[in-house]
Amino acid sequence: MREVCKTYHLGEMDLQVLKGVTLSVAKGELVALMGASGSGKSTLMNILGCLDRPSSGEYWLDGREISGASANERARLRNRLVGFVFQSFNLLARTSALDNVSMPLTYGEEYVHEADMKARATEMLRKVGLADRMDHQPSQLSGGQQQRVAIARSLINRPRLLLADEPTGNLDSHTSEEILEMFRTLNQSEGLTIILVTHDPQVAHHAKRIIHIRDGLIERGAESKKEEKPE
Amino acid sequence: MRAYRTFKTAMRALRRNVMRAGLTTLGIVIGVAAVIAMMEIGNGSSLAIQHTIATMGAYNLMVFPGNSLLAGISTGMGGSMKLSPEDADAILTDCPAVAAAAPVVWARAQAVYNNLNWQPGTLYGTTPAFLEVRDWSEMAQGNGFTDRDVRNCSKVCVIGQTIVKMLFQDEPPIGKEIRLMNVTFKVVGVLRAKGANMMGSDQDDIILAPWTTIKYRVTAVSANATTSAAAASTASVLPSQVYPATQTSLYPVPSASQQADTPQPVRFANVNQIVVAARSGGEVKDAIEEITALLRERHHIRPDMPEDFTIRDMTEMVRTMSSTTELMTTLLLIVAAISLVVGGVGIMNIMLVSVTERTREIGLRMAVGAQSGDILHQFLMEAIVLCLIGGAIGIALGRATSVLVRLIKHWPTVVSPGAIIVAVAVSALVGVLFGFYPAWKASRLDPIDALRYE
Repeated sequence: MREVCKTYHLGEMDLQVLKGVTLSVAKGELVALMGASGSGKSTLMNILGCLDRPSSGEYWLDGREISGASANERARLRNRLVGFVFQSFNLLARTSALDNVSMPLTYGEEYVHEADMKARATEMLRKVGLADRMDHQPSQLSGGQQQRVAIARSLINRPRLLLADEPTGNLDSHTSEEILEMFRTLNQSEGLTIILVTHDPQVAHHAKRIIHIRDGLIERGAESKKEEKPE
Repeated sequence: MRAYRTFKTAMRALRRNVMRAGLTTLGIVIGVAAVIAMMEIGNGSSLAIQHTIATMGAYNLMVFPGNSLLAGISTGMGGSMKLSPEDADAILTDCPAVAAAAPVVWARAQAVYNNLNWQPGTLYGTTPAFLEVRDWSEMAQGNGFTDRDVRNCSKVCVIGQTIVKMLFQDEPPIGKEIRLMNVTFKVVGVLRAKGANMMGSDQDDIILAPWTTIKYRVTAVSANATTSAAAASTASVLPSQVYPATQTSLYPVPSASQQADTPQPVRFANVNQIVVAARSGGEVKDAIEEITALLRERHHIRPDMPEDFTIRDMTEMVRTMSSTTELMTTLLLIVAAISLVVGGVGIMNIMLVSVTERTREIGLRMAVGAQSGDILHQFLMEAIVLCLIGGAIGIALGRATSVLVRLIKHWPTVVSPGAIIVAVAVSALVGVLFGFYPAWKASRLDPIDALRYE
């Protein structure tokens, strides 16, 4: 069973941001998560990315129920299973693209040798088409290039899930196209599960499935066609 | 392995912002450098002050003979003639707390050179050890007289600056001969200027000569009185017999029958005073005890009898000295502590600012899987590395400063390995302590908030 399943029930005492969300995403899907600001989109994404834990309900990631995981366990899960791409790239300033990409490896479970680290980072950068920019620092790269470095970084630990939070929010339409195209390629060629969080229908359009969220509830697209809900 | 990786990450993070790392280090550099420079200069000054006070005679002890009662009349201090030059030798050899001891014979005489004359305030017959006791060995011109001069009753003398001024004016005094009680003395050395002592008397108004010469050739009074008796009863040849006194006797020489009727005890060569220098301020008390025990034994005083000598120390000066030393030590400690605290606070501030500034970086690191322990270790490691580097630079800078001060201002400095060790230990400790809070703060950040931080 190589399927990624998620089930949510999240209730907040004071402010219920997510009022019992249930959705599932299968392995290899390219899903867009859409919603207006304040809809609980970000909260949902944090839980999906193991940054936060649900106050109630279950979350199954890669066949494991992890809603009760401690902070350090979640850190390990993030390192191993989840890749993040942010709206503002979040690259380390004054650090070469290569070092930026290999950074997550330093927090991995097993020790990765220096040369190994470099080889893997090089490979990742080549994959995103930045083979000739390895030693450039973020300030020397364009927005699109920076985002591609960020994607390379998110992929270095071969995650099960790639979470992209408004990945094109800071880019012009042309580069946005490029980045989204890259996501699609990754999804198709490597079978990588990708969740795009966005409020831009244009972006969401690239996904095969769109999940709409509103006032803490899933409006549309909660179930994938080929997926059965556990429980 | 994990520690090594954290170390590498920390080093990389430091290298990324050299300016910030440099500024952080600056705090500890200045702290450590200030401690070391202050300690070295301070220790040097403290030693110099101690030395100065010692020069004034704080370590000195004076041994005087006690009083003697003659027909119900007390002579007062120094009346008895019980102190001998041999006592001085014994004090030096048998008392471990004593650095130097010299017998002193007092005299008064008019000093004459050509058409000028002057009565020196002090005319002492002594041994070369006297200069050691008074910390006066370094001569302005020429040399002091020697032990051999003392044995030979050589007619040589060493004179103070006031004497030079009064008798020689502009002439160079070395090699010239002055007369004391019609005995000619060759000037072999001129003492350094010492100025007035605490009571206001001029210490440079002094002539020093071998005590044998003063006793047997200049004063000769007591020697004269004892000569006949000594000659009659002892076979030993005293210098006073070899060199007859030049001064005419005040009393008629007693005839043989008179001497037989009133036998006088044989007198040894007594001295008026023995000056002693203790090895250090702390050993002054020990020296007094040792000398008391030794002289009681040498003078055959029964345990229940009072001593026939008195020892005086420079209580006031010793107290000044110890309080000065204490003051300097406390001062140095406070300065050192303040410097280190300032350095430490500097480090903490910059580390705290750095944590705030790097909130997003921390959030990102956590998002990609750094555990709070990793973040804590990284920031702690950064602080420690900065402190160690700062400590090393600080040592170099502090040493350089003290060397510069010594070269330019000619101030005495003393290398203090203790200060270096303490400074490095404290800088590492400061790194951990002051680095811990920001590091802890960084590790407690919520990755969600940290990522959102603007």
